[in-house]
Amino acid sequence: MAHQRKTLVVVGHGMVGHRFVQAAVERGLTETHDVVVVGQETRAAYDRVGLTSFFEVGAEALSLLPTGAYDDPRVRLLLGTEVLGIDPEQRRVRFAEGDLEYDELVLATGAAPFVPPIAGTDLDGCFVYRTIEDLEAIRDAATGARVGAVVGGGLLGLEAANALAQLGLETHVVEMAPRLMAVQVDAVGGATLTRHVERLGLHVHCEARTSAVTGEAGRVTGLELQDGEHVPAEVVVFSAGIRPRDALARAAGLAVAERGGVLVDERCRTSDPHVWAIGECAAPAGRMYGLVAPGYAMAEVVVDALTGGPGTFTGADMSTKLKLLGVDVASFGDAFATTPGALELVFSDAVAGTYKKLVISEDGRTLLGGILVGDATAYGVLRPMVSSGIALPDNPEELILPAGRGGAELGLPDEAQVCSCNDVTKAQIVDHVAREDAPCDSPACVTRCSGAGSTCGSCKPTVKKIVEDWFAAQGREVDTSLCEHFAMTRAELFEVVAIHGYTRFDQIVAAHGTGRGCEVCKPAVASVLASQLNHHVLEGPARTLQDTNDAYLANIQKNGTYSVVPRIAGGEITPEKLIVIGEVARDFDLYTKITGGQRIDLFGARLEQLPLIWRRLVDAGFESGHAYGKSLRTVKSCVGSTWCRFGVQDSTSLAIMLEERYRGLRSPHKLKGGVSGCARECAEARGKDFGVIASEKGWNLYVGGNGGATPVHARLLAGDLDTETLVRYLDRYLMYYVRTADRLQRTAPWVDSLEGGLDRLREVVVDDALGLGTELEAAMARHVDTYFDEWAATLEDPAKLARFVSFVNAPDVPDPQISFTTSRDQVQPAEADGPVQLGATIPVGAPR
Amino acid sequence: MTTSTTTWTPVCRLADVEVEGGVAALVEGRAVAVFRTWADEVFALSNYDPFSRASVLSRGIVGSRTSGGEAVPYVASPMHKQAFDLRSGRCLDDETVGVPTYDTRVEDGVVLVGPERTTQRETGQEPGTEDE
Repeated sequence: MAHQRKTLVVVGHGMVGHRFVQAAVERGLTETHDVVVVGQETRAAYDRVGLTSFFEVGAEALSLLPTGAYDDPRVRLLLGTEVLGIDPEQRRVRFAEGDLEYDELVLATGAAPFVPPIAGTDLDGCFVYRTIEDLEAIRDAATGARVGAVVGGGLLGLEAANALAQLGLETHVVEMAPRLMAVQVDAVGGATLTRHVERLGLHVHCEARTSAVTGEAGRVTGLELQDGEHVPAEVVVFSAGIRPRDALARAAGLAVAERGGVLVDERCRTSDPHVWAIGECAAPAGRMYGLVAPGYAMAEVVVDALTGGPGTFTGADMSTKLKLLGVDVASFGDAFATTPGALELVFSDAVAGTYKKLVISEDGRTLLGGILVGDATAYGVLRPMVSSGIALPDNPEELILPAGRGGAELGLPDEAQVCSCNDVTKAQIVDHVAREDAPCDSPACVTRCSGAGSTCGSCKPTVKKIVEDWFAAQGREVDTSLCEHFAMTRAELFEVVAIHGYTRFDQIVAAHGTGRGCEVCKPAVASVLASQLNHHVLEGPARTLQDTNDAYLANIQKNGTYSVVPRIAGGEITPEKLIVIGEVARDFDLYTKITGGQRIDLFGARLEQLPLIWRRLVDAGFESGHAYGKSLRTVKSCVGSTWCRFGVQDSTSLAIMLEERYRGLRSPHKLKGGVSGCARECAEARGKDFGVIASEKGWNLYVGGNGGATPVHARLLAGDLDTETLVRYLDRYLMYYVRTADRLQRTAPWVDSLEGGLDRLREVVVDDALGLGTELEAAMARHVDTYFDEWAATLEDPAKLARFVSFVNAPDVPDPQISFTTSRDQVQPAEADGPVQLGATIPVGAPR
Repeated sequence: MTTSTTTWTPVCRLADVEVEGGVAALVEGRAVAVFRTWADEVFALSNYDPFSRASVLSRGIVGSRTSGGEAVPYVASPMHKQAFDLRSGRCLDDETVGVPTYDTRVEDGVVLVGPERTTQRETGQEPGTEDE
C-alpha cells in the first residue's frame, strides 16, 4: 500500500522560513511531506539584513527567491495570506478561506518592531523599519522633507539613520542608553562610534528618553525629550527593539517565554509535539535571538528532527560585524569580558577613530571575544579563533595593531567556522576548490556553491584569502588570464603596452603571448591601443583586431545589417538636424527609434550603404555617436535651470560639455553619463557610470551606476563641486577605470573590485592617494586634444572605404540574405531559413 | 579531391584580403567568405552563419585556438562568436554544426575559389551542415 504523504505547514516566509524550505528540499523532507509556506507579505522572502541597500539596488536584488516559486513542485508558496489561528488539538491552520490540516507545523513568524508607548506615534510621518514597504513609505515621506529622527541607536537604528541620511535628510539619532549600539560595544567603542557618526553630519543624542512625539495638523513635527529638549523631525523612525510575534502561539495555548517568544526545547519543538518554532518568534531556553544566523541554525535543527537526525540548538554565536554609515563595527564572543579572570587588550587611536579590544583568557592562551570600531579587517580571522579556541600567538597585540599582520597569516584550523551566517567551515571552503568533480576556481564561485559570504558578507575577505592561499599552496594562482593567448589581466596588458610603447598586436602577442590571438584578446588589445594612441580604429593592422561593430563603425543587427547612431550631445538637437535625420531615414528606408540615451537609432543599413548614409549625416554637421564602441555613449540630461522651474543649475550645457569632452574615449566597457539639474533627477543620472546632480552649491558627483543585467545605482563620490573640480575628478575617475578595469568590466563591479571599494576610489580620485592625479588628467587631456570624428575620417580615406562593399567582386549587389517585412509602417528584418543564393534561381526573400 | 568538373572563380587580388582578415565574395550565386591567415594561407567558407542565420562570417575575427596540440586557424562569427575551423568549416564549439568549405588557390596574386568541397563530408569526416 502506498505510503500516505504528510502535510507540513510553515507559517512565515521571511529569511528563516525560506531557509527552512530550502533545507527541507535539499535534505529530502519533501520526499515524504507536502510543504505549504504561508507568507503575510505579498513578496517572497528577501534579504532583510541588507534592507538599507534597497534604496541602492531595489527590491528585486534583495529577493531570496527571485523566481517567486520553489523549483520543487511539492512546495506551495502562498503569499499575501494571513493565518487567523492554529488549533494544535485538531492540527489545523485557519485562514479566511477555510482550514488546512497539517501533520507538522513550523512557526517562523519573526518579530515586530517595538514602538514605545508614548503619545503621538500614530501621527503621519511616523514609521518603523522592518519591511520593504516600510522603506518605500519612508522614502516617499522624505521627499520634500528636510529633517528626520530615529528613535533607537542600536544596530538597526543606525541602519535606519543611514537610510534617512541617504535620502538627504538632516538626521538625529535618539538613544536611551549612554552610548550607541550598547548591546554590542563598550563605552569607549560607543564613544568612538559616536565620533564617526557625528563626523558624517548626524546628530547623536545619548541618554535621551523620548517622552512624546509632537505634531501639527496630524503630521509629525518632532520629538519631545524627557529633559525638555525638542528634536525637530518631519520623518520619525522607531527602531527601539523588536518583539517576537508569538500571538498565534499564545492564542493556541502554546507555552511562551517570560519575555515573549514561543518556548521551544533544544530541538525547537514547542509545548505541542507537532508544532515547531524557529527564528525570532522562538525562544529556545526562554531566550530570543534577534539575528539571522541563529534562525538559520534553528531551521536546520527542525529539518534534522523531521528527517530523523540528532541536531540540537544550544545557543548561538551572537557576533556581528557591519559597516554602518561607512564605519566598521564588529563585536564577537565575550565582548564585555564577563568570563572570570578575563583580560582586556586594547588599542585605541582617537585621532584615526579606531578602537579595538581583545578579550583574552586569564592564562593569555585563548581569545574569548572582542570589539572593533573603525577598522574591522581583523574580524574575519579573530571570530573563528574564538569559536574554534585555537591558541593565541605569542604577541596577540599584533592582531589589532595597525599595519600589523592583522592575523591574516595565521593559519586557521580546518574546523574554524568562517561564515557564521551559513555555518561554513574552512574545511568546507577548501573542499569546494579541491574537489575532483566541478571544483570552484574563484572565491566568487565558492560563495555561490557553499553559501559562505552570501548573507552578511563580512567573511568574504577571509574566504578570498583561504581560496588564494590554497591555490598558492598548489603552485597555482587564481586564473585571471585574458584568454589562452595572454596569461595576464587587461590591466596588466594595459601596463605592458604603456611601458613598452607597443603600437601593434603582432609585437604584443610575440613578446607577451602565444598563438595568433582570438575574438577575446584582439578587441581588448585594440581597446588598449586606442586608449593610449587615439589612432583611427581602422588604421592599418588595427582593423583586423576590431569586433564587427568597431570594424564598420556601426552596430550589427540580427540579419547582418547595421544601425547608425549620430551623436546628439546631451540630447539637444535643432529642428534642422532632426529633419536631416528624418530625410536620411526615409531615403534609405531605415527603421527609426529613439534610444534610451536621448538619440535616434537608424536600423537596417546594408554594409555598402553605410558610407552614403554617413556622407549625408556628416555634411549636415553630425558625427559618430560611437554607439558601436566600448566607449562613451551619451551624457543624458534634463533641461535644467534654462527651462525648468525647479532647475538649480544648467544641466544641459554641462551634459554637452562632458559628452564632447569624453566622446570617442575607448574603455573596458561602454560608458554612459547623466546630468540632472536638480535633486528631482529627471536625467536618471544615478543609473549611469557617472552621474552629476545639481545642488544649490554646485554639482554632486555619483559614480559606478550601471544598467545591464544587474542594475546598480551610482554612489556619491564627492559633493558640491564647482565645474572645474568636477571635470578634474571625472577625468581621473574615467582614466583610472580605463587603465585598471578588466575586460568588459562595467564601472559598478570595477569599483567593488578595488580593495576598499568606493572609499578607495575616493582616496585615488579626490585625495590623490596614489599621486596619479596629474598623470590621469594629462592622459585625458591627450585624448581630448587628439579627438577626431571616425566617420568623417573614413569618408576621406579610399583604403578604408574599400571595405564597405557587399561583395569584394560585386560591390553593389545587395546581399540576398537580407530582406525585410513591414510592421507599424516601418521595416523589420525577415528571417530566411537557410543560405539564400543569387543566380539562376530567384532568391528567397529578395531585396526590396 | 572532388571529381566534379572544376570551375575556378577569380574573386579578388590577394592584396585585397588583409592578413588575418576576410572578405565576402559572390561565387556562382553563393556568398563565400574568403580569409587569409598569418601564414598567408587562403581559405574559403560559406559566408552563412548557421547560428545567426545571417551572411556575416567574412566579418569575423580570425585567430588561432589550441586544439589537439596544434594551433587551429579559425574565424569567430561576429554575431555570437561561435568559432569555425577555417580548414574544415567545422564549428569548434558545437561538433554537430559545420559550414561548407571551398577549394582556393592563388595565381599571379589573384585569389580563385573552386567548387564546394564535398568529399570530406560524404565520408563522414566532417559533421553535417545546415543545408543538407
